Amino acid sequence: MNTQASQRRLLPGFGLTMGYTVFYLSLIVLVPLSALLLNSTGLTWAKFWDVATDPRVVASYRVSLTTAAAAAVANTGFGLLIAWVLVRYEFPGKRIFDAMIDLPFALPTAVAGVALTAIYSQHGWIGSLLEPLGIKIAFTTVGITIALMFIGIPFVVRTVQPVLQDLEADVEEAAATLGAGRWRTFRSVLLPYLIPPLLTGFALAFSRGIGEYGSVIFISGNMPMRTEIAPLLIMSKLEQYDYAGAVAVAIMLLLISFVLLLVINSLQKWMRRTSR
Amino acid sequence: MAGSVPMIGQTSPRNEKLTVPKRRWVKNVLIVAAVLVLIWLIVLPLAVVLTESLKKGWDVYIAALRDPDALSALKLTLLVAAITVPLNTIFGIAAAWAITKFKFRGRQLLITLIDLPFSISPVVAGLIYVLVFGSHGWLGPWLKEHDIHIIFALPGIVLATLFVTFPFVARELIPLMEDQGSQEEEAAVTLGARGWQVFWRVTLPNIKWGLLYGIVLCNARAMGEFGAVSVVSGHIRGETNTLPLHVEILYNEYQFSASFAVASLLLLLAVITLVLKSWFTRKSVH
Repeated sequence: MNTQASQRRLLPGFGLTMGYTVFYLSLIVLVPLSALLLNSTGLTWAKFWDVATDPRVVASYRVSLTTAAAAAVANTGFGLLIAWVLVRYEFPGKRIFDAMIDLPFALPTAVAGVALTAIYSQHGWIGSLLEPLGIKIAFTTVGITIALMFIGIPFVVRTVQPVLQDLEADVEEAAATLGAGRWRTFRSVLLPYLIPPLLTGFALAFSRGIGEYGSVIFISGNMPMRTEIAPLLIMSKLEQYDYAGAVAVAIMLLLISFVLLLVINSLQKWMRRTSR
Repeated sequence: MAGSVPMIGQTSPRNEKLTVPKRRWVKNVLIVAAVLVLIWLIVLPLAVVLTESLKKGWDVYIAALRDPDALSALKLTLLVAAITVPLNTIFGIAAAWAITKFKFRGRQLLITLIDLPFSISPVVAGLIYVLVFGSHGWLGPWLKEHDIHIIFALPGIVLATLFVTFPFVARELIPLMEDQGSQEEEAAVTLGARGWQVFWRVTLPNIKWGLLYGIVLCNARAMGEFGAVSVVSGHIRGETNTLPLHVEILYNEYQFSASFAVASLLLLLAVITLVLKSWFTRKSVH
C-alpha cells in the first residue's frame, strides 16, 4: 500500500481506465437509476403516498420482509453448521459438497423456482408426504421462505468459511489447555470472531431475499395480501401500464436496499478490522 | 485423494491432529446434519429437474429441445451472453486497474457504486430501462419517431443483462489485484516497458485465473437472468424469449416435462460453471 502511495503516478493508464470506468458506470447504472428518482412518470407526492400505503402494497412488503428475514435467520444457523463442517472435518464427498454450495449462484433463478415448486406441491416428493398431515408448503409463505433459503445459503457459507479457515486452532488449544470446555471454548473464543461474518452473511442473504423474483414467483402462488411479494407487484403494475405505481413501489424497495447496502458496507469494514 | 484436496482441506488434517481430543459423536452428528441440509436444500432441486424432465421419456425431452421456439430462445440467450460478457469484462479490467493501481479520493465510493447492481432487485433493474426507453419513458417519443426498438427487443434485453451482471468481473479482480500489489508492474515500467506491454506481459498472467473465474460467473448470470429480462423482453415467442423465460412460458402452459427439459439445459450450464469455477480456484491457489 505505501509503495503505491509514494509512486502512484509511476504506472500508466490512469486517465484511460478511470475515464472509461466512470463513463460506463454512468451509462449502464447511474443514469438509468436516476430515471427512477427523477420521476418521468408524473408521480406526485400524493400518488406516492397513496401507493405506498395501499393495503395490498403494504402486505407485499410485509411478505417480502418477513420471508427474507426468516430465510436469512435459518441460513445463518445452517450456514455456520455447513461452513464449520467443511473447514474442520474430513469426510467422503466433501469436495463435491463444497463445490455444490455455489449452485444457487450459478443456477438460473427460474429453474430453482420450478424445481422447488415441483418438490413441494401436493404431488411432489416432499409435498405429497406433508399433504396427509395437513401441512402445505407450496403457495404459502413457508414455500417462499424455502426458496429464499436456497438462494441465500451460499452468502452465509462463503462469508463464514474463510474466517474459520484463518482462525488458528492454536487459540482453541490454548483455551482448552487452560481448562475451558468445548462449549465454553466455542462461545468465548470462537464466537467473537464469527459474529462479524455471520452478521454480514445474514445481511447479504436478507438483502438478496427482498429483491428476489425468479425463484419465488412459482412457489408463492402470488395471492394478493397473502403471498404476493413486492417485486411481483412492480411487475403487475407495469403490466397494467401503471408506471407511476410501479415506480412508487420500486422507490420503497430501493430505499430498503440502500439502507441494507450501508449496513453491509459497515459490517464488512468491521470484519476487516476484527480479522487483523 | 490426498494430492487433490481443495484449499480448505489443506489446513484441517493438521487442525484435527493438534486440537484437543474431540468426542467423536459430536463430529459425526455435525457432519450428518450438514450433509442432510445440503441434500435437502441443494441436491433435491437438482434431482427433481432431471427426473421431471425425463418423466415422459426421451422423445418428449428431445422434442422439447428441438422445438423451434426453444432453439430460438437458446440462440438469443447465447447472443445476449456473447455481447454482455465481453463488455463487462473490459469494464471489470479497466475498473480494477484504476482502483487498485492508483490512489484517489472517492475510491471507496466508486467500489460501492460498482457493487450497486447486486443490491438492487432484478425487477427494478428492468423497470429503470423501461423508464428510459419505454414508450412512456424519457426517450420513448424520440425512439418512436426514428423507429428504433429497445424495449421488447434485443437491445433492452442486452441492457438489462449488462446491469445485473455489471459487478461480477470487477469485484473478482479488485481484491485479487489489491493483494498482488504493483511492485511487478512498477519494476516493468522502470525497465522501460510501455503501458500495454506491462498489462499483457505482467498483469494479465498474474490475474488470469481470477479473471476467468469472474467471466464464468458473469456468463452464468447473463444466460440465466430472469427477473430483469422478464420486464424488458415482452415475451415474444421466437423473438425476445430467452431460455429462462421459455422455462416459465412452458411451465405456465402446464407443459411441465418440456419446461423441465429446457430447465435441464440451464442446469447443465450451472454444473459446467461450478466445475470450471473450482478448477480456476485451485489453479489460482497453486
